[in-house]
Amino acid sequence: MCLGIPGEIVEILADREDLAMVSVEGVKRVVNVGLLEDEPLAPGDWILIHVGFALSKIDEREAKASLEWLTGVGDAYTDELKALAESDIQ
Amino acid sequence: MRFVDEFRDAGTARALATRIAALCEPGRRYKFMEVCGGHTHTIYKHGLEDYLPETVSLVHGPGCPVCVIPMGRVDDAIAIAERDDVILTTFGDMLRVPGGRGSFFDSKAAGADIRMVYSPLDALKVARKNPDKRVVFMAIGFETTAPSTAMTVLRAAAEGLDNFSIFCNHVTIIPAIKAILDSPDLRLDGFIGPGHVSTIIGCRPYEFIAREYGKPLVCAGFEPLDILQSVYQLLLQLHEGRCEIENQYARVVPWDGNLKALQVIGEVMELRPHFEWRGLGFIAQSALRVRERYASFDAERIFSVPGVRVADPKACQCGEVLKGVLRPWECKVFGTACTPETPIGTCMVSSEGACAAYYNFGRFSRERVKEATQA
Repeated sequence: MCLGIPGEIVEILADREDLAMVSVEGVKRVVNVGLLEDEPLAPGDWILIHVGFALSKIDEREAKASLEWLTGVGDAYTDELKALAESDIQ
Repeated sequence: MRFVDEFRDAGTARALATRIAALCEPGRRYKFMEVCGGHTHTIYKHGLEDYLPETVSLVHGPGCPVCVIPMGRVDDAIAIAERDDVILTTFGDMLRVPGGRGSFFDSKAAGADIRMVYSPLDALKVARKNPDKRVVFMAIGFETTAPSTAMTVLRAAAEGLDNFSIFCNHVTIIPAIKAILDSPDLRLDGFIGPGHVSTIIGCRPYEFIAREYGKPLVCAGFEPLDILQSVYQLLLQLHEGRCEIENQYARVVPWDGNLKALQVIGEVMELRPHFEWRGLGFIAQSALRVRERYASFDAERIFSVPGVRVADPKACQCGEVLKGVLRPWECKVFGTACTPETPIGTCMVSSEGACAAYYNFGRFSRERVKEATQA
């Protein structure tokens, strides 16, 4: 749970502005973006995700570096991605 | 272009290492603490200590949320989980953390309904689907995670969910750093500040470290070059007689933090008078509890938890490791009685724990490192 995972926003949900469909390593999941309500968010933006919530907006360069760092973490990242894939945030 | 090259380039690392060495005063030893477990991971994984002069050592701090949960709180959560009408939800990291009477895994095997979730919002979904059960979320983590729990409580309140509550174990990083600064066991020259926690709290809360304790702190990113750059900035400050809070990770950490996140934490939670940390003992105003106005979402108020104190196993020296007094391999049971498969202490359970990180990625034998550190 300690990891911050980068994801790319695919769409902001029309009926819930605090939720966004995000692509994380190709897996699409809903993430809560309510903590970034002061930041304009749009498809194509990268965010740092922690336990289902976006903590900050990051640039693509940082996102790619983080993904590589996470891949090096090994099992903890694999487990986190597996948990994320099973997540169903509403 | 590979995006990560600029954060990992070996030539840049060597150049930084040369500049770091040039700043070290002959005969002086430097000791910096990296507060965050993620940094510990990078340091071991990439063998960053190889890039530093022998006189510069990095010690590991208390910034692993799973590691600092005292055994008594695990037992309290299990006592809640063992009730027939309860489903306890938890992050996967907590499952193997030993309490005084076993772990969540053991309790689950014995029949308790304990479920792993990725997000507190997933716990909320479990509550919606099980209206005849009381669903409790085991809330742990520093300020990085507390806003997510707080947002989830606000969501539960907005939906009028009356079968959801949190067992709040959120801790705050500043009192832990202060406890380490006040500890007579350790003399530090500065801190590599945590990355993700600072995304929420910003850099201002660290200012007392420079002002009152005369130590520099540099908030750092997680890439190898981020950490070397931070060590360079710390040494440069000492060399120039400065003592400041600097933000090396400005590409992610805003100086003022995430105001919305701080606001939701403040709405739902308040400081506890004191809280026990594994290894560090009781620290005043170092943890969060649910405010009175959200009492119906507070598992501690809903269920009578035993609240017993459980002493850590005698052989376990997690406390010394968490304070940076001992390095992982100096613990009596490291790698022998205590391994990631059969952990005695929390530092070996979490992948962010200093012991697990060293066990998985340590590049030297214990003997060689002991020789090196004693030389």
